[in-house]
Amino acid sequence: MDDLRLLDTVERYIKGEIQPDERVHFEQLRKTNPEVDQLVVEHTFFLQQMNRFGEWKRFKSLLSNIHVDLAEKGQINSARLQGKAKVIYLWNRYKRVSAIAASIAVITTLVISSLVWIIAPASPRSQFEELNKKFSQLEDKTRKQEKEIDRIKDKATSVPQDIPFTTGGTGFIIDAKGYLVTNAHVVEDAKQIAIQNNRGEYLVKVVFIDTERDLAILKIDDENFKPYSSLPYGLSKQTAKLAEPIFTLGYPRNEVVYSQGYLSAKTGFNGDTLSCQIEINANRGNSGSPILNRKGEVIGILNGRQTNTQGFAFAVQSKYIFDVIETLKKETKSPTIRVPSRSLLNGLDRTEQVRKVQDFVYMVKVN
Amino acid sequence: MNSELQEVGLLKGLAAGDRKIIEGIYKDHFNMIQSLIVNNNGTADDARDIFQEAMVVLYEKVRTGSFELNCQLKTYLYSVSKRLWLKRLHQNNRLFTQEVDLETTVPVDEEIGQHEKRDAEFELMSQAIQRLGEPCKSLLEAYYLRKMKMQDIALQFGYTNSDNAKNQKYKCLMRLKKLFFSEYKNGNTHG
Repeated sequence: MDDLRLLDTVERYIKGEIQPDERVHFEQLRKTNPEVDQLVVEHTFFLQQMNRFGEWKRFKSLLSNIHVDLAEKGQINSARLQGKAKVIYLWNRYKRVSAIAASIAVITTLVISSLVWIIAPASPRSQFEELNKKFSQLEDKTRKQEKEIDRIKDKATSVPQDIPFTTGGTGFIIDAKGYLVTNAHVVEDAKQIAIQNNRGEYLVKVVFIDTERDLAILKIDDENFKPYSSLPYGLSKQTAKLAEPIFTLGYPRNEVVYSQGYLSAKTGFNGDTLSCQIEINANRGNSGSPILNRKGEVIGILNGRQTNTQGFAFAVQSKYIFDVIETLKKETKSPTIRVPSRSLLNGLDRTEQVRKVQDFVYMVKVN
Repeated sequence: MNSELQEVGLLKGLAAGDRKIIEGIYKDHFNMIQSLIVNNNGTADDARDIFQEAMVVLYEKVRTGSFELNCQLKTYLYSVSKRLWLKRLHQNNRLFTQEVDLETTVPVDEEIGQHEKRDAEFELMSQAIQRLGEPCKSLLEAYYLRKMKMQDIALQFGYTNSDNAKNQKYKCLMRLKKLFFSEYKNGNTHG
């Protein structure tokens, strides 16, 4: 008898499904063969386990079904506690925790307030004063801005108000007739360009772009623009000296921002001889800002900073502006751009210099 | 006396798996157990689990043919539930806050001890069946748990005849027995 048939017989024997003559034969076998006897005992136990397991499973799923049914009919309180029961439950569950938390909070408050009272009886005064100052500064600024808005509103502007300007930089006048210089990367791929400062807002067009030197010449193309009589600063043809103090004006924000520093290296990024390295606080929007020395001569035009180090920026040396203008003269038939080389700012103190320069520095808005 | 007879009737219905009667017992006692659990750091889900486990304890008791509880059905369910919940709280290091009992209790430790042993055995069987994988799992469940006939199984599982199905069932059964008994004997040595 092979194992399959043996087990089949054992199973039928246990279930009582065996034929009477076969039963006699099988019981005889069971008596003589202890292995068969062992198999019967073991399998009886196993089948019992299986049966009870089956009943258990059925009963448990029956209970689950009943629970769902009764909850749906509303005959037992539903699984989700509602209203009072939930509050009681949450309270019971968390009352110890909340009691501890509350006592800790009380103790901490007492300790801190007593510490503050003991250690720092007088110091809060100055903090309050500072806050006041800040408020008055803010008020001041708002007042100024309102004044400026009024002034700008009074001026006729031909710049359509619906142009969505997306990028920008700074530019500054190099010829009183209305020519500006900025970085090539500021006006690259521009559809429309406008410039703006306290004096007004004007549409400009690109006259010349030199991407190698990262310079662009713009011309104010706006009937509202009245030419300047003269420029206060001149452009230096010399290479700046190391450690020379410098300052700049630019538009990293919607307002002109002054910053100062010094020339830290005669070459720029990766030894670029076109530019120089300056130690100055520069941010996005500062591209195209004039770099002036203490005599009020433009020695460069800010064009970038190193991303992985803080504090230094790079400027294209101003002598290359002359080069670009020469190229422009040769290549096009536009009127000659006269760039002043003599500065009228020499000897003035810094605030006067800045006051005179800032009307010639514009925010360049690019769409 | 009358109510005692009634309760024996309920227990017999429970033993027979009569759905109506089980539903009646459930409906009459669940809310009591739920308030016990919920007032003692439990959730509504805990209450459902504990009550259903108490029902299983009761079911196992009446399945052995003993319909004498020596107390009211209500007291029995309450005692078992409380005992089970105390154990659960103790395992989770949570506190039982209620000092005064809503109901009188009777000692049920013996029943709960047996229940835990059986629960462990059922868990063993359940795991062994899970580890069999398909098609053995479905085949054995159909034959041994749902008591289907071999011919029907052959049809449903796509065997050409019942002998083929029997052959397959035999192989599966041998694997299951091996899985079950190896674990069962391990469990018994330290149980």
